[in-house]
Amino acid sequence: MGGLHTPVLDAARTATRTPAARASAVGGPRAAELSAAGTSGRTTLVHRLPAEAKLLAHLAFVLVVVATPGIWYWAFAAYAALLGATAVATRLRPGFLLRRMGVELPFLGFALLMPFISAGERTTVLGLSVSVHGLVAAWTLLAKATLGVLASVLLAATTEVRDLLAALRVLHAPDRMVQIAAFMVRYLGVVQGEAHRMRVARDSRAFEARHLGHVRVVAQSAGALFVRTYERGERVHLAMLARGGGDGPLPLTTAPSTAAAPAGVAAVLPLAALAVLLAGLLLGRMS
Amino acid sequence: MHVPDGFLDAPTSIATGVVAAGAIGLAVRRASAELNERTIPLAGLTSAFVFATQMLNFPVGVGTSGHLMGGTLAAVLVGPWTAVLCMSVVFIVQALLFADGGLTALGTNITLMGLTTVLVGWLVTRGLLRVLPRRPQSVVPAAVVGAILSVVAASLLFVALYAVGGTADIPLGALAASMVGWHTLIGIGEGVITGLTVGAVVAVRPDLVHAARGLMPRLQLRDAAGNLVDAPVEETPAAAKPRGLRGPVIASCVVIALIAGVVSFFASSSPDGLEHVSAQEGFADTAKDHALGGWAFADYGEVGGIPVGIAGLLGVVAVLVLGWLVLRLARVARGRAEDRTADHADALAG
Repeated sequence: MGGLHTPVLDAARTATRTPAARASAVGGPRAAELSAAGTSGRTTLVHRLPAEAKLLAHLAFVLVVVATPGIWYWAFAAYAALLGATAVATRLRPGFLLRRMGVELPFLGFALLMPFISAGERTTVLGLSVSVHGLVAAWTLLAKATLGVLASVLLAATTEVRDLLAALRVLHAPDRMVQIAAFMVRYLGVVQGEAHRMRVARDSRAFEARHLGHVRVVAQSAGALFVRTYERGERVHLAMLARGGGDGPLPLTTAPSTAAAPAGVAAVLPLAALAVLLAGLLLGRMS
Repeated sequence: MHVPDGFLDAPTSIATGVVAAGAIGLAVRRASAELNERTIPLAGLTSAFVFATQMLNFPVGVGTSGHLMGGTLAAVLVGPWTAVLCMSVVFIVQALLFADGGLTALGTNITLMGLTTVLVGWLVTRGLLRVLPRRPQSVVPAAVVGAILSVVAASLLFVALYAVGGTADIPLGALAASMVGWHTLIGIGEGVITGLTVGAVVAVRPDLVHAARGLMPRLQLRDAAGNLVDAPVEETPAAAKPRGLRGPVIASCVVIALIAGVVSFFASSSPDGLEHVSAQEGFADTAKDHALGGWAFADYGEVGGIPVGIAGLLGVVAVLVLGWLVLRLARVARGRAEDRTADHADALAG
């Protein structure tokens, strides 16, 4: 019960054993990312902030960003500067941040299409006919999504997983949800390890998914994975009962992992962003 | 494909967040009936399974690979309410730990890919199981169709949300056409994998497949005289009061009707805006190229002079009545005895 992040560390160990082979393997990059989220070891002011304060600050900041009209370019420059200052304060490597922001990529494709498929007034950029409205919308999506993803990456990279879960409980998220999430995070490494062993078994029998006909093999692995996962869940439940556990709330964490900094510091980022938004509203009314 | 921050405006994000929170609150209460007291460890492990399954890649063609969304798969395997919980947890963990999908878009992502896929997939699967032969293997084709329709429904809801809170004025008819077109293909992939995965589980442990409960053949015992007799059925408390699917069916009808009404309304209004702009700017010739879907919808509205929103609603009602009649006929044909067992299964599922 104590070591909430041990499976995560196990997954990280598996991930580092054969880095190249696991690049495209089941869960390789994700497991590595998860471990990087929890165990960066550095303690800056941002790392020491209470998780619930960071979570609320993140939510407030992103809400302000989302509520800003897309054509206020200067406001987005201000948000980017604020977030950039926070990123510098975390002392995380820029390469690490950029790599983790890669999850945004699928939607960039949609953003790139927007100028071409949108309706409204057309203009010519580099010899291509594009919609003005679509260009603005694409820019808005790019700016807001990038700011949101960077903020999420900063939150995840400076907060221990168990602290995040405890923060959800402090913020009165439904207790069962938090417990389910805790179980999921705790056993993610185990389930991914199981999937990895199946993959090794397939690979060592010279299986390679080359065309759609091979979906059957992959799907059968998924079926077997479900049976094993479900049976493990039953065993875990029985083990909990055997140790006197039951339906009561699970102890998630004993103490914050590091000495906490004053929670109010976390409010600086969203408040500064809000000030930018309000300034924009005031200036807009005056002009 | 997770929706990032800023894709939909703030009011829509908050509204979908409220919908998601309500659904999760309901699911937390109902899920305990599906998994007894073992809810928490099993739901947690199932979430981890869904997470791991989403990373099982398979090649689709030219250098790209697809993966499973898993809504219908989870619903068929562990039941709809547990599935809603598991999918929601997966999206929460992805948003908080992997920056996959924005925090303000969390409600949207849960509503789209957690709630809609699970509900549509489950209802279609249950509906088909009433018509298909009563064997555990029937779950496989039912789940295939459920998975395909669930992905298409999610893409339609995406278009509807975009119509309400989108940031660019893409012609909605064209957007709907391309989204539904692509997602039919994606849905077929989802359906094939879901079917094969469910098939693999049904072959080994049919008792674990939630949708197959009540479809197992009766246990036969041979008594002292050598005659085959049915084993005594253990009465469960849930079986005492059959509830049926009426509540969820009505709820989904309302949702579908809203979608049809809203989408067609916006689709019909967009060519007006375009017409207006093109008349104003004097480039009506360019408008022809990118308003394909929009014009088609507009034509539907003009035929017979019925407003498109109402036409959409009428269409939905017609389809629902037809579907209800088909199910009714199927149930009558099957006779009363089996009918009672079906209700039994619903009560267990409900």
